[in-house]
Amino acid sequence: MSLLPFCEWLASTSGSIALHESLFMYPLVESVHVLTLCLFVGMTMVLDLRLTGLALKKVPVGEVVERTQPWMFLGFAVMVVSGVLLFYAIPVRSYQNIFFRLKVVFLIIAGVNALMFHTGIFKTVSTWGRELQPPSRARMAGIASLVLWAGVIVTGRMIAYNWFDCDKPQPGWVQVVTGCSYEQR
Amino acid sequence: MDLLPIFQSIEESGIGRAVRESVWAFAVIESIHLIALTMMGGAALLVDLRLLNLGLKQRPTAELAADASRFFNAGLIVLIISGYGLFASEAVKCYYSSAFTVKISTLVVATIFAYAFRNRVARAAEGHFGNGTRAMVAITSMALWFVVAAAGRWIGFSG
Repeated sequence: MSLLPFCEWLASTSGSIALHESLFMYPLVESVHVLTLCLFVGMTMVLDLRLTGLALKKVPVGEVVERTQPWMFLGFAVMVVSGVLLFYAIPVRSYQNIFFRLKVVFLIIAGVNALMFHTGIFKTVSTWGRELQPPSRARMAGIASLVLWAGVIVTGRMIAYNWFDCDKPQPGWVQVVTGCSYEQR
Repeated sequence: MDLLPIFQSIEESGIGRAVRESVWAFAVIESIHLIALTMMGGAALLVDLRLLNLGLKQRPTAELAADASRFFNAGLIVLIISGYGLFASEAVKCYYSSAFTVKISTLVVATIFAYAFRNRVARAAEGHFGNGTRAMVAITSMALWFVVAAAGRWIGFSG
């Protein structure tokens, strides 16, 4: 199953064309996407640093989660909306972009990591939340989150580069990973 | 005094050439710049939101500010070093870019504001400054850093 026909259809819609060709709208949406990093990943980092025992050591973990979560959710909502709009403006190229695909992989793993933390060790936070150094499963979740979100940011930034785009000759593995080889436009 | 010769010599410097002539350098430095932005911006927001009595309310602001300052400082240092690398690779373009002018002037103001005023208010004993003052400082801080970051992003879109 290929999503390419869907992306091609998306690219042909008038909204996508308008956004793609706009002088200010696209840069504005992209700026919002980048600046909201501070709110979303910034707050996530605060929690991760607490989990690894590097910051806010005297604040119970439960309290850090409770107080940063509304901002995290707000930031995440803005990230998703602006991110979807950015994809909507340039669907086909993004879909076949190696960095975009890597970013989606990082996003999924980061999501699974967060889910595992919240349904796992976090359930017993009342017993360990006051410790300066949380238990190793919580520390691991914090470190994984820091690395994964850094991966999302780096691969996200790299989407802008066309080094591995389908419209130029690419080594075999790139053609497979980006879908260029079996999905001709 | 015209600054153009200085910008030109920065562009022709070793760092400027190295970043410009490498395929990967600009992208890699840009990514580091963004991660540091996240760290600094997150640390700034944590304290600014606390000054607005949002966020971690149960903690004294001074304690949060002391904790956040390490990450704020580290983020800012990495931002400035990586930012210089990006700037050096296209210094002449930056000379003619109004977004760059806005960014650097606001950066100077924001940095002075952060260390000379915001730190003093954030680290003061609870109740020393009224809610109005605290809110003003927080909103000014957020607005200043917002302009620095937004104008920075705009350098890439212009010219």
